[in-house]
Amino acid sequence: MKQKSLKKFSNFQNSRINPKGYHPSQLKFYVMLLPLIIIMLLPIIFIFSHAFKPLDELFAYPPRFFVINPTFKNFTDLFSKMSGSGIPVSRYLFNSIVITIVTVAASIVVSSTAAYALSKKKFKLKKVLFSINTVALMFVPIAVTIPRFLIIERLNLMDTFLVHVLPGLAMPVGLFLIKQFIDGIPDDVVEAARIDGASDWRIYYAIILPMIKPAIATIAILTFQATWNNAEISTMYINDESLKTFAFYLTTLTSTASGANAVAGQGISAAASLITFLPNLIIFILLQSQVMSTMSHSGLK
Amino acid sequence: MAINVMKNTNSRIGKWAQKEGSAYAFISMYALMFFIFIMVPVLVAFLLSFTFFDTIQLPRLIGLKNYVVLLTQDDIFMKYVLPNTIQFAVIVGPGGYILSFVLAWILAQLPKVPRTIMALILYSPSMTSGVAMTVVWLTMFSGDQNGYLNSFLLGLNVIQEPIQWLQSPQYLMTIMIIVTLWSSMGVGFLAMLAGILEINPELYEAGSLDGINTRFQEIFYITIPSMKPQMLFGAVMSIVSTFQAGAIGVTLSGGNPTPQYAGQLIVNHIEDFGFLRYEMGYAAAVSVVLLLMVLLFARVANKLFASEQ
Repeated sequence: MKQKSLKKFSNFQNSRINPKGYHPSQLKFYVMLLPLIIIMLLPIIFIFSHAFKPLDELFAYPPRFFVINPTFKNFTDLFSKMSGSGIPVSRYLFNSIVITIVTVAASIVVSSTAAYALSKKKFKLKKVLFSINTVALMFVPIAVTIPRFLIIERLNLMDTFLVHVLPGLAMPVGLFLIKQFIDGIPDDVVEAARIDGASDWRIYYAIILPMIKPAIATIAILTFQATWNNAEISTMYINDESLKTFAFYLTTLTSTASGANAVAGQGISAAASLITFLPNLIIFILLQSQVMSTMSHSGLK
Repeated sequence: MAINVMKNTNSRIGKWAQKEGSAYAFISMYALMFFIFIMVPVLVAFLLSFTFFDTIQLPRLIGLKNYVVLLTQDDIFMKYVLPNTIQFAVIVGPGGYILSFVLAWILAQLPKVPRTIMALILYSPSMTSGVAMTVVWLTMFSGDQNGYLNSFLLGLNVIQEPIQWLQSPQYLMTIMIIVTLWSSMGVGFLAMLAGILEINPELYEAGSLDGINTRFQEIFYITIPSMKPQMLFGAVMSIVSTFQAGAIGVTLSGGNPTPQYAGQLIVNHIEDFGFLRYEMGYAAAVSVVLLLMVLLFARVANKLFASEQ
């Protein structure tokens, strides 16, 4: 009896939320999660496994889930291939990389400067602007594809590099998360710097930016995912094949994979899928702890 | 320097520029992008919805006719698109949301390392956002005997001949729902997980002194009330991603319209009228209806989780 209560006491922390170590009572949670984790993981494993399958395994009957004789042939095929209009695949990949880097960098600057003003500056429209942005969290871009198309046409942005970058810069979730994060920095810090004679630009650059690295990492990830996986912009606003993205190229593969081109297309599209997916995964693994610390500021009041 | 010049010429403007001008300067880039790509499109959609516009002639005002036609004469909308959208949204929205919360809660009961690994696995489907996964789904649900699901069910003798999963109206919606639920543990899920972990443990101890015994009571009386802001953020994120996922039926079945309109959602209806029939005014009216639906859902979420001031 005494032993039991003692054990219960010493393990109290471990049978609660955010435990420090293992406790038998956690076992039931592992049992509940495991089947689901496996289901969630299967398609992901499949992307990896499928991309390395040689031709006979891709079309084996009965189909096999795991690869037996892994090969890089699908990848070499992919990069030796030209698209229908004579653009090498590496060109799409190069476009995607450049577009993504530029968009992520621009998005960080645009959102963090605005967030700094909304959090630490005093001005008349502050409250109004922030609540407009909060309403815009509910904005569903896909709903206004048509007016967006008309506007982009009017602004002569069709077939330009900028059309890949600009629409992604207005990201209400990004601004919201950074603003909430900056709110966590005491006003005294900013005030002290101001009394020392620091300009706004200097406060933003030398004080705020280094303190909000987790929020920056989060918006970098969100922008990365939105840009890297984006095929719509290439489909809708770009006619010049040499300006299209890798994600777009992937969609052309999957739409032909079910058609006449099925045999040749399967392996190549599996390889292209993996190339599209992998950077998402790697970047998230590298930055996940930053993302989690940003998310604890995410509350919407 | 510009500020100094202004100060000399007009002290009131100068004062304003010094006090508030830099704030507006900091916000200007975002505000411009927001204006061009969010505010103007919404406004244009709203205005166009009262016009007939075929992209060749100038828009012609026709009042509420688009809305009247939508509600009274658009059989496809009333018979397929609206019921489909409601079915999809009600299952995927709240379903994905509840799933996210339950999983976040369970994960919060585990130590840091296994929790992080499992959270990563649950989150990873949401970052693929359609494109990369199309190959996987097309192979899994492929209609010939080589499809993984067909081969599996044939092997078990559950079915006698391969089923055209993605082309048959009776299965398409179910598959769309499964695929979307699979990728619904996104930003909202992470926010809720962080929210649960942030709750002060003393609250639970105080609760147990007040007679809260089971974990269920704990969830309803302590966990959820203490993280309402994160619950609301998660709800908004799941509403947005539900409606944003609307193209999935077309991606899976390979064409708009989907087979017998079985997977036709409101987003596809907009695209159908806007880019296939060039009836932009009518498509804009459907867009406005969609935006209103999102707002309605968000209002419900707001009612449920608004923090009392």
